[in-house]
Amino acid sequence: MLTILFDGFAYGMILFVLACGLSVTLGLMNFINLAHGAFAMAGGYLTVVLMNRFGVSFFLCIPAGFLVSAALGVVLERTLYVRLYARSHLDQVLFSIGLVFMAVSAIDYFMGAQQQLITLPPSLQGRVSLFGIQVGIYRLFVIAICLVLAVALQLILSRTRFGSQLRAAVDDARVARGLGINVSLIFTVTFAFGSGLAGLGGVLGAEILGMDPTFPLKFMIYFLVVISVGGATTLTGPLLASILLGIADVAGKYYVPTVGSFIIYTIMVVVLILRPQGLFGRANAR
Amino acid sequence: MFALLSYFRPDTATAAGTLLAPVRWRPLEILFWLVAASLLWLAPSKVLLLNEIAILALFVLSLDLILGYAGIVSLGHGAFLGVGAYAAGLLGKHGFTDPVMGLLIAGAAAGLLGFVTSFLVLRGTDLTKLMVTLGVALILRELANKFGNITGGADGLTGVVMGPVLGLFEFDIFGKTAYGYSLTVLFILFYVARRLVNSPYGLMLRAIKGNSLRTGAMGVPTNHRLVTIYTIAAVYAGIAGALLAQTSQFVSLDVLDFHRSADALLILVLGGSGQLWGAVIGSIAFKIMYDYLAAITPQYWQFWLGLVLVLIVLFGKGGILGFVNSSREWLAHRLGKGAAK
Repeated sequence: MLTILFDGFAYGMILFVLACGLSVTLGLMNFINLAHGAFAMAGGYLTVVLMNRFGVSFFLCIPAGFLVSAALGVVLERTLYVRLYARSHLDQVLFSIGLVFMAVSAIDYFMGAQQQLITLPPSLQGRVSLFGIQVGIYRLFVIAICLVLAVALQLILSRTRFGSQLRAAVDDARVARGLGINVSLIFTVTFAFGSGLAGLGGVLGAEILGMDPTFPLKFMIYFLVVISVGGATTLTGPLLASILLGIADVAGKYYVPTVGSFIIYTIMVVVLILRPQGLFGRANAR
Repeated sequence: MFALLSYFRPDTATAAGTLLAPVRWRPLEILFWLVAASLLWLAPSKVLLLNEIAILALFVLSLDLILGYAGIVSLGHGAFLGVGAYAAGLLGKHGFTDPVMGLLIAGAAAGLLGFVTSFLVLRGTDLTKLMVTLGVALILRELANKFGNITGGADGLTGVVMGPVLGLFEFDIFGKTAYGYSLTVLFILFYVARRLVNSPYGLMLRAIKGNSLRTGAMGVPTNHRLVTIYTIAAVYAGIAGALLAQTSQFVSLDVLDFHRSADALLILVLGGSGQLWGAVIGSIAFKIMYDYLAAITPQYWQFWLGLVLVLIVLFGKGGILGFVNSSREWLAHRLGKGAAK
């Protein structure tokens, strides 16, 4: 029972890392980027290639996944996404779905359709006893990283100069520009950071979630559930939502496997009917 | 002769003429339906593909009604297609084999679901609408999967028996009856939709899409209008699903898959949303492209699909129809200039 709770918690934390980048682009920059999972997939596949072909250590793959996905984010943001900030949500949805389709086929072409496996370093394998329950070391490791990230992100957004500049740029880009804030640079950095976080989530999740070419489509729904249930205006909302979702999903699969994802979708729809701005979101004028 | 000419070219100088201009049938439109019907005899080897195109066009048309005219974004329109398909399939399987009655019942079933779920899409932002529609479609898919004893689950619903259409036309293995049947249904519903969007009601929908707050202030009951059009669109999609089930005599979970809804969106944007012909032309272009690409790269055709989508959003506002219209305007502009000189 407690082990399931713990596994669900770890699962939820990975979902949070995967989704929080999206919460930044969607909640702060008001851009619906369904291709977010593709960045996560980039990180995951990078890990697979680096570890299995070149024998790079898993610990090095973690920053590498972040950096490569972030770099990919910069390139795509500068060339493509920047043209779509002012467009309608429908255009953004279509554009990013197009990107997802391309990413899925490209990975399929280069890596094959089978699920990719990685072997964790021995120091992360096995289980330890913690407060009387058996927990996997890797899951403990994941939770630790994710918690640190969550706190750091919250601090960056709320306490630093960059955070307040970002919030100003989002609230009113024109006025922010007039005050001398380099809005497009801030958006690029933020987007890159969000993509990097997705890549990091992909690295961490490669072992738990599994990597195959349909990853972006399969998990797109989970990301969107996290964001829409948690509300995209804060970081604590998605954090709580992803933990809830993780636990509900793991427990649901363990106790009532026949019901499948049914519960999650139902919860989502009910939450959205009752609170369209999300469980923890503030009512937003936009 | 003059009367005929003035029918096709109404006087756009007056307000009434401007409003009536899109209502009249243009020669090109009439020609299109004649060609589509004559293909039944001219291209008998292609009727299976043509049947798929007709059904797809009807489905995309239904999405156009809510997205192109009323501005409701949906990622779960496939839900209604699926409900219609399963309703028609189950009727056929359990001895209720009249196709037209099956079509009506399937449309009614999907319409009922559309009416009930329409209240969910009235609230919230675009994202909320996307998620709620997506969620409803996912729930339905899970349900169809779970109740395998009724729907056949992952194996699909087999053993659908169909009687002759109107008691006259037996379904044949070459799909001739199927295409004629689907095309007739498409034509009737297209005609109805054409009347609908050009009526005051259709104008109201476009006003709501433009600015729902202001339209509400003008005294239009916006929610009421949106519920109506969402229900109508659901009926349309349900009928498309029923056609799919009846002409293939098989229903699988695939009808409720996410890609159905995503494809419909894509096709609509490809053809040009907010115009009924956009749905039809988009479906034709999509199916031909799909056939062509799937023949070259069966596994990776999605890549090219994605590329087309990205390019359309970036450069091609308005899809194929938008391109045709703007190039026609450009040409007229150039010619006008030339004449002035």
